[in-house]
Amino acid sequence: MVNADNSIVVEGLVREFKKGPRAVDGIDLRVEPGEIYGFLGPNGAGKSTTVLMLTTLLPPTDGTAKVAGYDVVHEGPQVRSMIGAALQEAALDNLLTGRDHLRLQTMLQGLPRKERKARGEELLVRVGLTEAADRKVGGYSGGMKRRLDLALALVHRPRVLFLDEPTTGLDPQSRTALWDEVARLAREDGVTVFLTTQYLEEADVLADRVGIIDHGRIVAEGTPAALKAEIGRPSVHAIPERETDRARIASLLAQFGDPLGDGDLAVRLHGGYGLADVVRGVDAEGLALHDVELRAPSLDDVFLAKTGRTLEGAAEAEESAPQPAGR
Amino acid sequence: MSATEVFAPRSSVDVLATQIAAVAGRSIRRTLRQPALAIPPLVFPVALMFVNAAGLEPSTLLPGFPTDSFLAFALAVPFVQGALFATMNAGTDLARDVQTGFLNRLSLTSMRGSSLLVGQLAGIVVLGLIQSVFYITVGLVVGVDFAAGIGGIAVLLVFSLVVSLGFGALGSFLALRTGTGEAVQGMFPLLFVFLFISSMNTPRDLIAVDWFRFAATVNPVSYLIECVRSLIIEGWDGRALALGFGIAVAIAVLSLSLASWALRERMTRT
Repeated sequence: MVNADNSIVVEGLVREFKKGPRAVDGIDLRVEPGEIYGFLGPNGAGKSTTVLMLTTLLPPTDGTAKVAGYDVVHEGPQVRSMIGAALQEAALDNLLTGRDHLRLQTMLQGLPRKERKARGEELLVRVGLTEAADRKVGGYSGGMKRRLDLALALVHRPRVLFLDEPTTGLDPQSRTALWDEVARLAREDGVTVFLTTQYLEEADVLADRVGIIDHGRIVAEGTPAALKAEIGRPSVHAIPERETDRARIASLLAQFGDPLGDGDLAVRLHGGYGLADVVRGVDAEGLALHDVELRAPSLDDVFLAKTGRTLEGAAEAEESAPQPAGR
Repeated sequence: MSATEVFAPRSSVDVLATQIAAVAGRSIRRTLRQPALAIPPLVFPVALMFVNAAGLEPSTLLPGFPTDSFLAFALAVPFVQGALFATMNAGTDLARDVQTGFLNRLSLTSMRGSSLLVGQLAGIVVLGLIQSVFYITVGLVVGVDFAAGIGGIAVLLVFSLVVSLGFGALGSFLALRTGTGEAVQGMFPLLFVFLFISSMNTPRDLIAVDWFRFAATVNPVSYLIECVRSLIIEGWDGRALALGFGIAVAIAVLSLSLASWALRERMTRT
């Protein structure tokens, strides 16, 4: 029976490794049909382990997870028929061409013979690889490999798409192109997208909702705007017209907020003040600014507030920590 | 729409055949696109055969030596040596799939585990067939007379396929257990030891050194070589064929069982 539910529902999901840490430590989450869910966290936080469990490639130690209405433990084949996945580092065969990959994937996914070629061509066009289709993948750039990876994940028209750090290592142009395609899949085709990333900007731009994972636990969840609003006030960053005015401007800014203490002329605004108040204050004192900017709180600020660390610092700490041994 | 809605149901035999064809096609395509992998199994065994024949031709003067052409005697060896290359190629390819995550990609499709194994081995068997045809052609070109005639050549081809299947499955098992190409390649010299302590260069009953004769007698590779050799220089020898085919089938069954088990362990999908 066809299940029309595109959601992901996870309750108390745990994964322990032999002689290793609890990589995923009892997470709960729900991703609605057609939603793009950004799973944000540093390396080693448990993102990829979660994806492996949700895509049926790794059995959970405890807890339950349903993808597209099917249980990932007891209904693995049904889950796999509903999902597409581009896992960390595009797993492609450097000796095969792009077209070879699509041929292989369409055969293994069970497309009827007469539809295989057309579907392959359609996807090559969609990801902009038509001209490179007959070149060996070994000669592709990182962006081309990622786009082919995405095309392969879409061969059987999945309802739920898992993308594990899809833009890691890509140049800005390739990253933006991939974001556009992922957004289109969700908006136009109604595909539910579960996206792991360690890039704040990616989660901010692309995700409808974000879950922040650290040490195997979800420490915050919500829309990017709500998460940022939760930790509060924006900051004002100023550059003086004349360097001699720096001390006076710093003193003035301190009337509107708490200095950020990073060497810049910047304050986290007190409640009730806005950028206009700061500008009026500067004018009233007869000072001049070369530039002034209002910055909303970032997801890094959210991560800092929830974990006591910046995302970048957490990534460095995780990279130096011991890795899980074996399944 | 998902795959389950879009695509009409197909028979399980049709699905299995398609999956095997897909994996086998990839296996063959990969090998043919790597001349460094495709050429050595053709050239190296034949070169070794000519070197051995040049140096050991006087062996044919030994009383009881079964033929007066050492080349005809030695032609059996490339068939088994080529199959050993199949072990390494099959294993290295599969290990790379494990290492790069390509096996995960395949695991996420509706592909059955058996399709992966059979498809991968089908590719190896086809390459084994190409190798065997090459060795037979070389033999004919240098004047070897196949004692068992055309029928014997056909049996020889079938035997080569069984041996390639067995050794290919062994390579797959090693790859799936270790997950690294280096480990598979590390086993290659060990397998070669089995070849060199067999009856590859001297009939067992003419080996003068006791321990070597014993080692060659208990070494299954000797019987694989003697099976091929019997078809080339003796004609139809039921005992040699039964022993050769029996051991080849036993290796294939054991290796396939081990590889299937290792694949189940490796593909931990639910």
